[in-house]
Amino acid sequence: MGYKDKAKSLTKVIEMKNITKKFGNFVANDSVNLDVFKGKVHALLGENGAGKSTLMNILYGLYSPTSGEILINGKKVDITNPNIAIEHGIGMVHQHFMLIKPFTVAQNIILGREPTSKFSVLNMKKAIKDVKEISERYGLYVDPNAKIEDISVSMQQRVEILKALYRGAEILILDEPTAVLTPQEIVELIQIIKNLTKEGKSIILISHKLKEIIAAADFCLIIRRGKHIDTVVVSETDEKGLASKMVGREVIFNVPKEDKKAGDEIFSIKDLVVKDNRGIVAVDNLNLSVKKGEILGLAGIDGNGQTELLEAITGLRKVESGEIKINGEDITNNTPFQIINKKISHIPEDRQKRGLILDFDISENMILENYHNYPFAKRGVLQYNNIKKYAKELINKFDVRPREESKLTGTLSGGNQQKVIIAREVTNDPDLLIAAQPTRGLDVGAIEFVHQSLIEQRNNDKAVFLISFELDEVMNVSDRIAVIYEGKIVGIVNAKEAKIEELGLMMAGGGSK
Amino acid sequence: MMETIFSNFALIIGTTLMYSTPLIYTSLGGVLAENSGVINIGLEGMMIIGAFAGATLGYFVGNPWIAFIGAGVAGGIYGLLHAVACVSFGANQVVSGIAINFLGIGVALFLSRMFFEGATMTKSIPLDFKMPRPLNGVFPDGSFLNIILDNQYATVYVALIFVLLIWFFLYKTKYGLRLRSVGEHPTAADTLGINVIRIRYFAVIMSGVMAGFGGAAMSLAIVSNFRPTLISGHGFIALAAMIFGKWKPQGALLACLLFGGSQGLAVFLGQFNFEISSQLISMLPYVITIVVLIGFVGKSAAPAADGIPYEKEHKY
Ligand SMILES: Nc1ncnc2c1ncn2[C@@H]1O[C@H](COP(=O)(O)OP(=O)(O)O)[C@@H](O)[C@H]1O
Ligand SMILES: [Mg+2]
Repeated sequence: MGYKDKAKSLTKVIEMKNITKKFGNFVANDSVNLDVFKGKVHALLGENGAGKSTLMNILYGLYSPTSGEILINGKKVDITNPNIAIEHGIGMVHQHFMLIKPFTVAQNIILGREPTSKFSVLNMKKAIKDVKEISERYGLYVDPNAKIEDISVSMQQRVEILKALYRGAEILILDEPTAVLTPQEIVELIQIIKNLTKEGKSIILISHKLKEIIAAADFCLIIRRGKHIDTVVVSETDEKGLASKMVGREVIFNVPKEDKKAGDEIFSIKDLVVKDNRGIVAVDNLNLSVKKGEILGLAGIDGNGQTELLEAITGLRKVESGEIKINGEDITNNTPFQIINKKISHIPEDRQKRGLILDFDISENMILENYHNYPFAKRGVLQYNNIKKYAKELINKFDVRPREESKLTGTLSGGNQQKVIIAREVTNDPDLLIAAQPTRGLDVGAIEFVHQSLIEQRNNDKAVFLISFELDEVMNVSDRIAVIYEGKIVGIVNAKEAKIEELGLMMAGGGSK
Repeated sequence: MMETIFSNFALIIGTTLMYSTPLIYTSLGGVLAENSGVINIGLEGMMIIGAFAGATLGYFVGNPWIAFIGAGVAGGIYGLLHAVACVSFGANQVVSGIAINFLGIGVALFLSRMFFEGATMTKSIPLDFKMPRPLNGVFPDGSFLNIILDNQYATVYVALIFVLLIWFFLYKTKYGLRLRSVGEHPTAADTLGINVIRIRYFAVIMSGVMAGFGGAAMSLAIVSNFRPTLISGHGFIALAAMIFGKWKPQGALLACLLFGGSQGLAVFLGQFNFEISSQLISMLPYVITIVVLIGFVGKSAAPAADGIPYEKEHKY
């Protein structure tokens, strides 16, 4: 049974017909059709920059479509602002949370629809009562009096969902809700989605993680570079089928890598102690080494000292004691500039904060580390012709889109931002490449690219140090796996012999050496 | 001996209140604009035009309250200018503020020459037409409260009421919640159907009104006319007070009392024959402002979206 037959027996709550959206000359949505059915989960699948968020922002009244029409419950509506969308029972949880950090949970939920007594005076008692009521009704427990800045990301997401439900949402848009969650939290979220559909709510779930779509969605619309590709019944397809539709070609989930004997030890850390921002020891007498021609993966749950370790190695955080060496040279507490010159490259955890200057264009970002060297500068004056030529080469080689070196990096999709960083770092020809969370938030096509780049470094006899919270990734890409727990290495195993249960146990602090 | 210390103390409190008052109004204006996300360094210019409008209306109309409200309207018009530039056209808020400051003194001087036969100073308002002094003669002569409150103008009490009102508005009403949300995260507010543009207009215009009141509190109460040097940096001190007060009305009040107090102290010390030149003493408020700003203020308390223009259809 195909999609058309299945759809016949269901109640359409939303029809988006031939939606086209242009930003200037750029077509973000090109004649896209989307039907959403009552009580069903409709997934929206597409690579970064495919136009998923744009389509949803149109449905929510934040963008107006260049052409096309929207029907809600069979009636044509003009959704010119979010208020109209809210009135029609549409709620949206944005990819980047729309929460006021210094406000409380309750304040965020009621904002715009505040319960008041006389003279518009806020009735916070009623607000808190209302919030408690809906949060209990849907099993989304939150503390109404907690401030947003003090609660975890998954709690913040609950607040976002509650915000929509408080406004009486019948159709809930979740824009990449799992991107920020841990595996356990993802399981919880899928349960929440199921509870909501049981109550008759319709869900639009945006994701580029195929597993989750298979686990949670009934139907799936696939868009590629703004174009409508297909709508499928999820139970009649699999990950491979979805992936090739999304990327437009076959996708390799596990990038193949040949066996390779690792060379000499090139990078080592001895008895390293580093403190976190609060002055508490975060890296606690840690020992590690990486050899030429190997990828050492660091597995561990977020918050076990990975960030501090990374910052200590790259010169961004003070080392209390211990020593870090590359090629036999001590680089402990050197400046980032010195460390880069010792041939260590770094793909940072937060690409937007540490990897790029978003207000600079691609070409400027490509030379951030060697702008002062010939041919990019001559006697202290930047040589823009040379810089542009260099950037063009890298853009082509690393397939950065769009192929315009003068595009600001802030306007690129996550995957392309990451490509710019990788292009810069890898072209520096480092002896050690440190990759922290290099595929966070990326789609399968981009992930494949990143993994290929790391493996290529290794095949060129360079050392790679991969830090990731995704166990799958660590297991697929690494040659050896070290597990970090509470700032210490609690075990090192060969990737080939590693078992997921064993690693999981060590990550939770229950492993043996 | 005890007696003089006592009355000197009362005198200092009195002058502190008096000199703080114009700062309090203006600082509250800053609180409103910046909590909605619009930086207002045009407070000085708005204060100047308010001081001029107050003194001129006071002289010609003869009713201090009409003059006071007129000053608010004049300040509000300047606020509107700032709002058009910053909110509708997304202009750089600092640049627009600087332009407003030039426009404040320029227009005031121009109109002054027009209405007062070419003079850069407005004519003095007769004592009867100045702001009333509600507690004049209420307390026995020479008593502590008498020394503090006897000569205080109505503007002092109105200012304190405004602190309460604006605090209540910002933290206890739904419109206050919305205004602050717009200053913290306008996109979030927008997705909830809150009209970011309208709220910022309201906040910036009201900020001008308050600064206008601040100017009038100077020209209708502390002195009784307008002259080009009357407002010399008070708008900026009020801005500093708002920052020192962590963008909150109650904080701004305390900071204004500190700055006003140093001004009062300068005046108080000026009556003695010190070996220090009076110019140095009158620098005191400015020096304290700088020291406080260098020493105690972090950026952290500012509304997150303060100073960032908001456009629709930006990237979400
Ligand atoms: N407000 C905007 N102005 C210009 N370009 C935009 C805007 N919003 C999105 N785009 C562009 O449209 C494309 C689709 O973006 P988006 O819908 O966010 O992708 P997705 O959510 O599928 O990752 C991207 O190339 C993005 O840069
Ligand atoms: Mg998106």
